[in-house]
Amino acid sequence: MPAIDRRLLSHFDWTLFLSVLALAGIGVLSVMSASYESSHHALNGLVTRQLLWILIGTIIMVSALFFDYRAMLTYSYPIYAASVALLIAVAVIGHSTGGSRRWINLGFFHLEPSELAKLAIVLVMVRYLREEPPRGGWRLRQMIIPAVMLGVPAVLVLKQPDLGTALVLVLISVTLVFVSGLSWRTMVALGLAAMLAAPVSWHYLKPYQRQRLVSFIDPKADPLGSGYHIIQSEIAIGAGGTWGKGFMKGTQARLNFLPEETTDFIFAVFAEEFGIVGSIVLLFLYASLIARGTWIAQHARDRFGALLALGLTGIVFWQVAINIAMTTGMLPVVGIPLPLVSYGGSSVLTMMTAMGLLISVNARRRIHS
Amino acid sequence: MMAALSAVAVRLYYLQVIKNSEFTELADRNRIRIRRVTAPRGLVFDCRHRPLVDTHPSFNAVIVPEDSDDLPQTIQSLETLLGQTGIKAKLDAADDEGRPEYEPVTVEERLEWPQVVALETHQLDLPGVSLEITPARHYLYGSLAAHLLGYVGEVDREDLMKASYKSGDEIGKFGLERGWEPFLRGEAGGQEIEVDSVGRRLRVLKEIPDHPGQSIVLTLDLDVQQAAEQAMQGKMGAIVALDPNNGNIISMVSNPSFDPDIFGGGVKAVDWHKLMTDPDHPLQNRVIQGAYPPGSTFKIVDSIAGMEEKTLTPETTYECNGGLWFGGRTYHCWRKHGHGAIQLHRAIVSSCDVFFYQVGEKLGIDKLSHWAHLMGLGERSGIALDNEKGGTMPSSAWKQKRYHERWYPAETLSVAIGQGYVTATPMQMAQVASIVANGGIRYRPQFVKEVEGLDGAPTKTYEPIIEDRIAFDPEVITEIRNAMSDVVNSPGGTGHKAQLEGIEVAGKSGTAQVVGNQSANLESGEDEDKIPYKYRDNGWFIAFAPKDHPQIAVACIIEHGGHGGSAAAPVIHDVMKRFFELNPPNPASTPDLTNAVPDPKVAEREN
Repeated sequence: MPAIDRRLLSHFDWTLFLSVLALAGIGVLSVMSASYESSHHALNGLVTRQLLWILIGTIIMVSALFFDYRAMLTYSYPIYAASVALLIAVAVIGHSTGGSRRWINLGFFHLEPSELAKLAIVLVMVRYLREEPPRGGWRLRQMIIPAVMLGVPAVLVLKQPDLGTALVLVLISVTLVFVSGLSWRTMVALGLAAMLAAPVSWHYLKPYQRQRLVSFIDPKADPLGSGYHIIQSEIAIGAGGTWGKGFMKGTQARLNFLPEETTDFIFAVFAEEFGIVGSIVLLFLYASLIARGTWIAQHARDRFGALLALGLTGIVFWQVAINIAMTTGMLPVVGIPLPLVSYGGSSVLTMMTAMGLLISVNARRRIHS
Repeated sequence: MMAALSAVAVRLYYLQVIKNSEFTELADRNRIRIRRVTAPRGLVFDCRHRPLVDTHPSFNAVIVPEDSDDLPQTIQSLETLLGQTGIKAKLDAADDEGRPEYEPVTVEERLEWPQVVALETHQLDLPGVSLEITPARHYLYGSLAAHLLGYVGEVDREDLMKASYKSGDEIGKFGLERGWEPFLRGEAGGQEIEVDSVGRRLRVLKEIPDHPGQSIVLTLDLDVQQAAEQAMQGKMGAIVALDPNNGNIISMVSNPSFDPDIFGGGVKAVDWHKLMTDPDHPLQNRVIQGAYPPGSTFKIVDSIAGMEEKTLTPETTYECNGGLWFGGRTYHCWRKHGHGAIQLHRAIVSSCDVFFYQVGEKLGIDKLSHWAHLMGLGERSGIALDNEKGGTMPSSAWKQKRYHERWYPAETLSVAIGQGYVTATPMQMAQVASIVANGGIRYRPQFVKEVEGLDGAPTKTYEPIIEDRIAFDPEVITEIRNAMSDVVNSPGGTGHKAQLEGIEVAGKSGTAQVVGNQSANLESGEDEDKIPYKYRDNGWFIAFAPKDHPQIAVACIIEHGGHGGSAAAPVIHDVMKRFFELNPPNPASTPDLTNAVPDPKVAEREN
């Protein structure tokens, strides 16, 4: 398509916007399927709420077009501070389910601050790294501040405990640090540190987290215990076949054999009902979304916009990669939602806000180029 | 990024395309439970198509513990209503065996009617408890022909490995129930039920109809069987009646007996223990498992063997003075003062021991053994029941093999009067009577006439099986028949209690010493009643009738009954009387076997 047409068509990134809505739509269908009970109507509370979040998210996303992303230079620290404060609040007054404290009960809404933390970490990291690094890249001592910025929320999240989100925070930060320019010596040093951290962190893992790692290596060792998640998820995906069992016809989710079927394992629900054809469509939507994000980063008007776009795209990429790898049995089970598809207000709103910021970065490029 | 997504795509291809069928099956196994519906077992009829065994609905109490909000309270109410305890233990045991949630536990099987009513009326106090209807085996006449009909019981581990049985199924364990299991069993149906992850039943996906088992028509005649049971009442022993024209079993009783109903639906430990430890062995089928010394009934075999081997003729005369000096000791005749000069006919009628000592001695054990084996002694009859015994028909080779010792001629004397090493089952002695009756055909005894499909038409019929045609000299058989007739009908005969009005019965009595009972024989002059019961002789009688056109051949043993003529002959009398009331002798309808020329081919077997 000629460049001139694109410019004329819009300041608005339709590809990104429509990919996001398509993914959200897949999410609604899957949540509908996963939460269906024979005694209830298909449009139950969960589905209605998810639709509401998507509506709010869409408004945010569209409004972001008129919001200059550079204002985030001002808001990043306050947002970061608020997010850390909320994480602390979770630790104190948090609402606990299934042995972990992740939510703050706001009455109408269970707020999950760790979702907001993903956005916050990108904002502060990008704000710090927006400066050009010295010749040869960032030195190790210049990495102390980012390490602290990452460390505080990461430890708080890990304490909930929420290994998956902590992992995503680390991966996003590392991605940003790498792309923003790192000296070779720093890279080697960080690499060594990571290798040392592995056995140490094993020591700090909760027993159930260790169990999951063991189960990942041999899920059949404890089929009704911690291996259950992986086995049931693989069964659901595998039973989907080429075309899937059809909408609302997946037995694994409907009869509750799948755990966490509306959130972390939503991909298995979708894959059982829509088969490999549906799964490839889903992957294609994520691929186009990530490709758009990367393209926006390359064409951003400034370094802040470029890093911001990369960080936001990174949130999507890492979560998609880890979530699907986990549900298909390629990685151990860690609790990470599938962006835009999994049920959850905090997750949906955070992701759609992030997508809105991407649209904003893209829009600024157009105006000033 | 593309690498990560490609890896995921490859993984999806592996799971969803390559492994699809495997995972589809696993998903179905997750959600589909099969509830079996046992097919009703086939019925069993007598030869006149009167039901002997049927299947009727029986009620079991089952509980789904998850459905009760106050389980201890429910258990208590249930225990009160059923009048039993230990339900908690049953539930715990089921959980220990890995019962999935929402899987019902059977608490009590075969409820009595008042228990059913109690559970129905107190349904509201018993959340989670329900009644389950299952087909239960019922033996209409209790212990009648129990050893032949057998019984059913729950499958054991061994059965489960063999065939398509599921835990809790019933299977024939004994007798006809066991032998004809594949016909009687039918094919279980079932329901495919969709359950959720906690096992809650959601809906029936598929109904698989069951196919009831086929029915069995026996050769047994209920009326004659009842007469036999009646005549055996209170006695220990056995009686079996055969049709000499085809080997069909008309009636068969082994006493003491048992009630096969107690085995269905889980035999109670008390009952089982009682049966197993009963010193009279009620579970043993004496007709085919009781090997007894045949006593004087064996003299029929001596006579045939002697005449066939030409060492004996009807004119051969021996002197009986009450005993025979042989090998350094005296072998007594049961009649202390002897029979004087005696020939075959009178020797059979009065059962002279001294005469037959000499018949045996002239023959030698091996020739005697040869003819006895031809007549089925020392051989299993081949009846389709388990654990049949073949008894013992000794020979010199047998002794060499068994005891590594040569045969002493004196031992032949004991065998000749049916004592010593020789033992026979009532079935074998009935075979001897049948062979004399039909002139030399040894049939395999059978008790099933046909298998009947659901539409009532036979799907399988059982033809007579000839095990052997023995080339007897017809004159020999005529001689024996005449003598056997006089045993019953002549004034001095030992079997006059088997006489029937208007029908010529032929028979032979036997009185066999119980092993270890050397002193307590009649010869000592002791009164029979004064001998302790367990040392009293076993009384035998074998018979067939009518003499010239036989329709029935019978053998009966009464354990510790004393003299065969007084203990066993009356039983046979009652059985034959009933038989001929129902089957009046009609010479035209049965083949005249008196002059039958036996087939020279000796061995003819069919299967």
